[in-house]
Amino acid sequence: MDPVVIVGSGLAGYQSAKEIRRLDREVPLLLVSMDSGDFYSKPMLSNAFSSGKDPGSLVIKSAAQMAAELDARIRTDVRVDAIFPGDHEISIDGEKLRYARLVLALGADPLRLHADALSVNDLSGYAGFRKALEGKKRVAIIGAGLVGCEFADDLSSSGFEVDVFDIASQPLGRLVTPECGKWMEKAMKGIAWHWGVKIAKIEKGSILLEDGSAFQADIVLSAVGLKPRIGLAQDAGLECARGILVNRQLETSARDVYAIGDCMEIEGQVLPFVMPIMHASKILARNVLGERESLVYPAMPVVVKTPSCPAVVSPPKAGSKGAWHTEADAEGVKSVFLGEDGKMLGFALCGKAVSEKNLLAKELPAVLS
Amino acid sequence: MKKWQCVVCGFVYDEAVGMPEEGIAAGTKWGDIPESWNCPDCGVAKSDFEMVEV
Repeated sequence: MDPVVIVGSGLAGYQSAKEIRRLDREVPLLLVSMDSGDFYSKPMLSNAFSSGKDPGSLVIKSAAQMAAELDARIRTDVRVDAIFPGDHEISIDGEKLRYARLVLALGADPLRLHADALSVNDLSGYAGFRKALEGKKRVAIIGAGLVGCEFADDLSSSGFEVDVFDIASQPLGRLVTPECGKWMEKAMKGIAWHWGVKIAKIEKGSILLEDGSAFQADIVLSAVGLKPRIGLAQDAGLECARGILVNRQLETSARDVYAIGDCMEIEGQVLPFVMPIMHASKILARNVLGERESLVYPAMPVVVKTPSCPAVVSPPKAGSKGAWHTEADAEGVKSVFLGEDGKMLGFALCGKAVSEKNLLAKELPAVLS
Repeated sequence: MKKWQCVVCGFVYDEAVGMPEEGIAAGTKWGDIPESWNCPDCGVAKSDFEMVEV
């Protein structure tokens, strides 16, 4: 019997394997990984310093342990260089292999605006970053989104001098209200924020802004966003937009080929977070095994891992009509986005207000109903 | 008293501290937390992941 082949060993790949194995103990499973295939928690990379973890101790289970637990074959340090959907074949470093079903859990690449900045997108990238930090003091972070803020907080509270640069005028500019942003900025003490700025050039040891000012930095970390990995799918003729397009059954435009996680786009949405993967992997497993279930996403608030400033966000769908309403006091900020009919469509909470997360989340509409 | 960590997002549950804000008293053992409980950080269900002792 040809195996179910999963390409990718991040959370999306492993969670899919786990769900498939939970339902079917017999079907042959093959995971293909371009790295060591060790299982680790990606959200922990931006919190590792303050939680006292080094890159080695972030490995939760080795690829060999995962293979044993999942009763799967795992091929590590290899690349899938082509997919031939018509033949149900993939090519792994030039060697052809047949699949019964194919799951693309390819992930996303960090956007790179400046060649000389580091970025951290996986465990080996994080290991490189930690090595580069040894004996250094000043870290510049480009981008004040989720990842940028998390790293800034982690490094600042671990004794580094941190500068954050963003073209926006506040932290999490695309996710929270100005009031929340202000509050977070104040709560994350010791970080030097630089708003409304564009980077002109990164040189060894310094950052030059377009307005002519310059800042010293031993290390420059770029955290300006992610780009779904679609190249492999595009080359094989699969329909792609920002991500690899799937329907509610998580099927791509090619027969017996599925996609999940950060590489996937569903109904116009690319959601590179944990919760969508947990929901999608359950449906994907059923469908890969021959059922035809539809994916539903409930509201999925995202916790921002900035311990000095607890925050949780559940932004309204892009293009939603309505307005933000904010209550703020010394202990926190609560912003809710109300639609034209008065129904809550999203929220952003900081400080003490995060305790209202579960209550508010119940009122939110489903992301995919 | 033990600590347990969410393997998906790294959240740590400390039995000694509990999670009073979620109605889980200090001293509550991991095994006594209801199966319907979700990780407060990433939302993953208790039954959906393994906690590793830290």
